[in-house]
Amino acid sequence: MSTAIDAAQMPIVADDPGAQRFRVHRSAMTSPDIHRAEIERIFAKSWLYVGHESEIPNPGDFVRRPLAGRPIFMVRGVDSGNVNVFHNSCTHRGALVCRQDSGTAKVFQCFYHAWSFDSEGRLKGVPDRDAYAGGLNFDELGLKRVNRVECYRGFVFASFDPDIVDLLTYLADAKDYLDLVIDGCGGSVEIVRGTNQYSFTANWKLLVENSIDGYHAESTHDTYFKYLVSIGTDLRGGVSGRAIDLGNGHAVIEYSSPWGRPVAKWEPLFGDDARTEIDRLRADLVAYHGEDRAHTMAEVNRNMLIYPNLIINDIMAVTVRTFYPPTPDAVDVTAWELAPVDELPSLRQRRLDSFLTFLGPGGFATPDDVEALESCQQGFASGGVEWNDISRGMGRSPMANDEEQMRAFWRRWQHQMGAAADLAGAQ
Amino acid sequence: MSAAAVTVCRQQVEDFLYAEAALLDAWRLDDWLLLFDEDAKYEVPCNDAVDGDPARDLMLIDDNYARLRARVARLNTRRAHREYPHSRTNHQIFNVRVADPDVDGAIGATASFTVWRFRGGKTSCYVGHYRYRLRLSDNGFRIALKRAELDMTDLRAVSDVAIIL
Repeated sequence: MSTAIDAAQMPIVADDPGAQRFRVHRSAMTSPDIHRAEIERIFAKSWLYVGHESEIPNPGDFVRRPLAGRPIFMVRGVDSGNVNVFHNSCTHRGALVCRQDSGTAKVFQCFYHAWSFDSEGRLKGVPDRDAYAGGLNFDELGLKRVNRVECYRGFVFASFDPDIVDLLTYLADAKDYLDLVIDGCGGSVEIVRGTNQYSFTANWKLLVENSIDGYHAESTHDTYFKYLVSIGTDLRGGVSGRAIDLGNGHAVIEYSSPWGRPVAKWEPLFGDDARTEIDRLRADLVAYHGEDRAHTMAEVNRNMLIYPNLIINDIMAVTVRTFYPPTPDAVDVTAWELAPVDELPSLRQRRLDSFLTFLGPGGFATPDDVEALESCQQGFASGGVEWNDISRGMGRSPMANDEEQMRAFWRRWQHQMGAAADLAGAQ
Repeated sequence: MSAAAVTVCRQQVEDFLYAEAALLDAWRLDDWLLLFDEDAKYEVPCNDAVDGDPARDLMLIDDNYARLRARVARLNTRRAHREYPHSRTNHQIFNVRVADPDVDGAIGATASFTVWRFRGGKTSCYVGHYRYRLRLSDNGFRIALKRAELDMTDLRAVSDVAIIL
């Protein structure tokens, strides 16, 4: 039938620059077929954030966590000092070889049959190895590395795709924004102890949109802004800025804001003692980077998506947030706080406060985002309305409360999904 | 009152904790706030750092009195979207133990808790340990510290800590 053929050729992401209209069919958020295709075409074919080198500073330090739902672990090699990322599975019969969330170890021994591996992944011990008449090829039976692992200034990424472009090429213009975050912190950053791990029942792409959405802040987070007023923040001046497509699906909004920043925008609630330190931090940034770049680091906020599933928001604190969809209508979120090393305790306290009150799952904002996204997912189930509208700001120089940053994500998503995200296949 | 003069039995502490739980379950948050001294803290550490120090580590909640008052004000509005309409909750307290008063005369108490939360057809359950520091005055107990340490390894099953534990 001609209608079926038309539908088969129609992409789920309907990008119409002529009409300045950009729509996404809601099956992108609900279809099990789309979800399966995303696992194969996006999560298996992208660079994914594994963790930060500051989590494993010393030889043998390790963390284990799922990477796109697959158990892996990251360990600093005792011999090499390198960051190794292994599939967490014994090469004998499959059991997990790393069974603690973090720690330090020279040897990872599978408890099932006691095969043991060192921190470089080499098979070191097999009980009763004489039973293998032909002998065991120890070289072939080391832990399997995730195909590609690269670090950029402490941020460890891995990809299951052996043929993926190198990390720097992949990051495109997002690299410069990572530099802004890191250099703004004096060049050396660390993950703060304490992890936010929460899940909710909405499609993961809604969290992509929400994490870089300036438009919802005023309406959804009214209670947070009232809290800021109650502790003495001056909301005059508001929020203003722009949205930028960083290439390869990455995007950022950058904007001024009323809230203070530990690096390096003082506000009264920081206290007079902290003012001296913040002035000093800012002067250092000017000395190293010049006034323009120092201003961007100190006073400008950044909500950045590194495609497909890493958010680095450098706002009143810095969050590193990644997430994965076990099903079309569920998302597992893991978020950490990033901070400068050797930060003055009073500023670190402000940073911790700012993170947990806005970004944390016990704070005054994130629970309402969760409610909003679950509410969208429930709305999709109603049917009747087929499309989401993501047109805001088309045809003008995109503002931070427009939706250009989301369109950058969706265009890349459609490109990677290809025919798997045609309308007919998703119904 | 000197430290030596304070003698408290477990039943007094239990009665106080049950009364506090009843205020929370009734969403009488303004009355609940009156139980706290103005230098009080309400803390919930992250699941993977239950010994978390709020000066150094990321917490889920680290409220001084001002922020606790703001939390209550927020939950009393219709714009705390995650909690409007409010969940039904059931704060359950077990295994209460009372320690001798410390040098400041405050009484340490620990308990196990289960907080059930029901909203929009969804059931959530928070399990953990409470650590309290209580001060006894002529008007009964006042809370100097309430710390809720979660036993769940993460918040995957509960999504958030938008209610008060």
